[in-house]
Amino acid sequence: MSIEVLLVEDSPGDVRLTQEAFREANSLIRLHVACDGFEAMAFLRHEGVHADAPRPDFILLDLNLPKMDGREVLAHIKNDESLKTIPTIILTTSNAEEDIVRSYQSHANCYLSKPVQLDEFEEVVKSINEFWLTRARLTQRRLDG
Amino acid sequence: MSIEVLLVEDSPGDVRLTTEAFRDANRLIHLHVASDGVEAMAFLRHEGKYVDVPRPHFILLDLNLPKMDGREVLAHIKKDDNLKTIPTIILTTSTAEEDIIRSYQLQANCYLSKPVQLDEFESVVKSINDFWLTRAKLPQPR
Repeated sequence: MSIEVLLVEDSPGDVRLTQEAFREANSLIRLHVACDGFEAMAFLRHEGVHADAPRPDFILLDLNLPKMDGREVLAHIKNDESLKTIPTIILTTSNAEEDIVRSYQSHANCYLSKPVQLDEFEEVVKSINEFWLTRARLTQRRLDG
Repeated sequence: MSIEVLLVEDSPGDVRLTTEAFRDANRLIHLHVASDGVEAMAFLRHEGKYVDVPRPHFILLDLNLPKMDGREVLAHIKKDDNLKTIPTIILTTSTAEEDIIRSYQLQANCYLSKPVQLDEFESVVKSINDFWLTRAKLPQPR
């Protein structure tokens, strides 16, 4: 069974790096990309072109996004009874304590720094795969999707 | 700087295994133990004998506990504006889908199964250390 991951990221370079790193880490992962917060919410709510989108098992969310920023996307997800059970990991270049605290206040499941170096980036994706997609228990799509 | 971890666990055997596994994984970890839910909340709220305890960077919470169970402890933590920023990981023998969903609904940061085999147990503690205490960014206790 495939693992559906939604990546919310506006930088094409980071999207490509993440896709390649996940492909190497775990061939069961199907990565879906939303490039702004508005598109992310449409994907999660199956609106418009996303009518047939699967419910993701897991969300990777950048904070700084066009149209609707990651803080607002996170608040929408964690205030929605159906969506709040999807683990949502912040992956951002910001190391500001305010962003870290604010993300956990809004019930981000975890906060990770996006590294600048390529090999560090691959390490982060590998550790997400090892911990969240292999070790942690996620909710089953069939039961609450 | 030490990393303060609160383990909420009523089984003395599991407390001992967790203590030993963390000691092997990371010497900076200072593990505090609460053996029921009421004690956990007293620790977090600095009540009674816990007046001088540190704010934990991280909480490991069993679901089935005497006095106040882990679901209730989790709800208290995640409804408290001061405590809700502490990452709280469920570590339980239950693999029931209902417990997994309910925990994420109550805003648990993560849900892990407690393994029965000793070497698997060590491997879970090591992965918690590698991911949460090394890789993830945690809020700094004020």
